[in-house]
Amino acid sequence: MQFKRQIADRLYGSWMIVSLATILALPLVIGVGLYIKAAPMLENVSFFSLIFSSEWAPSAGNFGFRPFIAGSVHVTLLSFLFTAPVCLLAAIYLTQFSTRTLVKIMHPVIDVLAGLPSVIYGVWGILIIVPLVAGAAAFFGTASSGYSVLSGGIVLAVMCIPYTLNMLIEVFNTVPSGLKEASLSLGATRWEAVKHVVIRGNYPGIISAFGLGIAKAFGETIAVMMVVGNVVKVPGSPFDAAYPLPALIANNYGEMLSIPMYDSALMFAALLLLMIILFINLFFRYLIHKTKRQ
Amino acid sequence: MKRIKRVEEKFYIGLSALMTYSLIAVLAFIILVIFVKGFGALSWDMVVKVPKGGYYYGGEGGVLNAIAGSLYIALGATLIAIVIGMPAALYLNVHLIRYRRTQNTIRYFLDALWGIPSIVYGAFGFTLMLFFGMNASLLAGIITVALLISPIMVRTFDEVLSTIPKGLHEASLALGSTRSETAFRIIFKQGFSGFITAILLSFGRGIGDAASVLFTAGYTDNIPVNLDEPAATLPLAIFFQLGSPIPEVRDRAYASAIILTVIILSISLGARFLSKRYSKTNLK
Repeated sequence: MQFKRQIADRLYGSWMIVSLATILALPLVIGVGLYIKAAPMLENVSFFSLIFSSEWAPSAGNFGFRPFIAGSVHVTLLSFLFTAPVCLLAAIYLTQFSTRTLVKIMHPVIDVLAGLPSVIYGVWGILIIVPLVAGAAAFFGTASSGYSVLSGGIVLAVMCIPYTLNMLIEVFNTVPSGLKEASLSLGATRWEAVKHVVIRGNYPGIISAFGLGIAKAFGETIAVMMVVGNVVKVPGSPFDAAYPLPALIANNYGEMLSIPMYDSALMFAALLLLMIILFINLFFRYLIHKTKRQ
Repeated sequence: MKRIKRVEEKFYIGLSALMTYSLIAVLAFIILVIFVKGFGALSWDMVVKVPKGGYYYGGEGGVLNAIAGSLYIALGATLIAIVIGMPAALYLNVHLIRYRRTQNTIRYFLDALWGIPSIVYGAFGFTLMLFFGMNASLLAGIITVALLISPIMVRTFDEVLSTIPKGLHEASLALGSTRSETAFRIIFKQGFSGFITAILLSFGRGIGDAASVLFTAGYTDNIPVNLDEPAATLPLAIFFQLGSPIPEVRDRAYASAIILTVIILSISLGARFLSKRYSKTNLK
């Protein structure tokens, strides 16, 4: 009986550790898999000329990723401009000023916002944001179909808000209430206490939450692809169409096997995306984990 | 001076309250837009019929193929994710309980893994599929989505497991149970509410995700019967119908969006309800 239980313990134990190891090895396996596919591309053309060249003509064998990287960066930064103030203020309100009932209502609201599939955001973007942006463009005297960097940025911002907000709330909840009370008792207004204690004391946490939000925005595919226009060009203004990296991969998987090197180029794009996002994630998560321990 | 401070305080608190309430408004607005736009085209046929010939030109039929495909993929992927995710989370919280540093490092990597976008999983699934000589199929879709949701499963389950007091482990070990018995019989039961949440959350992600199945699951008008057949998915059905120049087909895309939204909303609400229900019987 004792022996049987020990065998079972061993078996279950190895099942558990193998599962954990499998999951932890995942990024490495994905990276290697994509690299093997992208290697033929990297053998012919150097990494930097791939990234900085803007000539995109797959059938002629020219793969320059600059327009796509620029498209991704533009859309992501624009979305960050919308996300950051909203999340910061909402997180402050929810952790410092709001009533319990509101917090109770906001939890499911944030969850549902985070859980809505990106294609739903895309549909919403096409129905509401794209015509709005087209109208705004006409108002500013430029022609735009509405399928633009700005639309992509707005839709992305809405998608990233629950994600960033959740992290900020977690960060602000760790502020010891004693510090805030001390500053209140010295005659600070409630807002001053927030400004000096909650915000200033949490710079690393706030920056990390923003950084992770940016990483999330950078990799978002379907919703952006539906509203951003997908034109291979470095966008010059928010009303121009762009073509972010994830959209490039998603749009061209059908033809990639029929043109030589095309699949290699797209897998290179995926690898690039993985590297950038994994790097941002590891960096800012490290910052968060470090501050949590203190 | 004092006045300026008061005004500043009023202004910022008002502004932050506005931002908070506007989030509720945005969510309501999104759902309202989807429902108003799609309600006209929503019919019982949409849910119970597969596309007939000429469906994509405004003919008869529905999106049952996509609903079934999405459910199959999400279900299969969730099963795989349970098989590797549940023991991984338990290992992290039972066997490694004395190694704080290792635990934190592993959580750190899992968090980072959560951030990898689904399009990268999709591209990787595609290379994997070519490597094994498979075609776009239900199985390839299931495996890709399983990879995508496993970290989510582990981290969500772990979040609840990590709050279980150490005393419970010690009591169980002191009574002579092995570590895996402690894990599966004691800790698993105590963290069951977290397990339910983890399953439903992963399932929801599996149904809603489009970028990972775009390459791997393919698309078909039939309900897949075997694992090696291609499968349609609901997000892709919305996406493809939306690209049509025919207004009736686009209206159906909105109707399909309602179906997807309702599925996701009910999963989300179900997760809240069930996790509350199952955490009632926990030892405190």
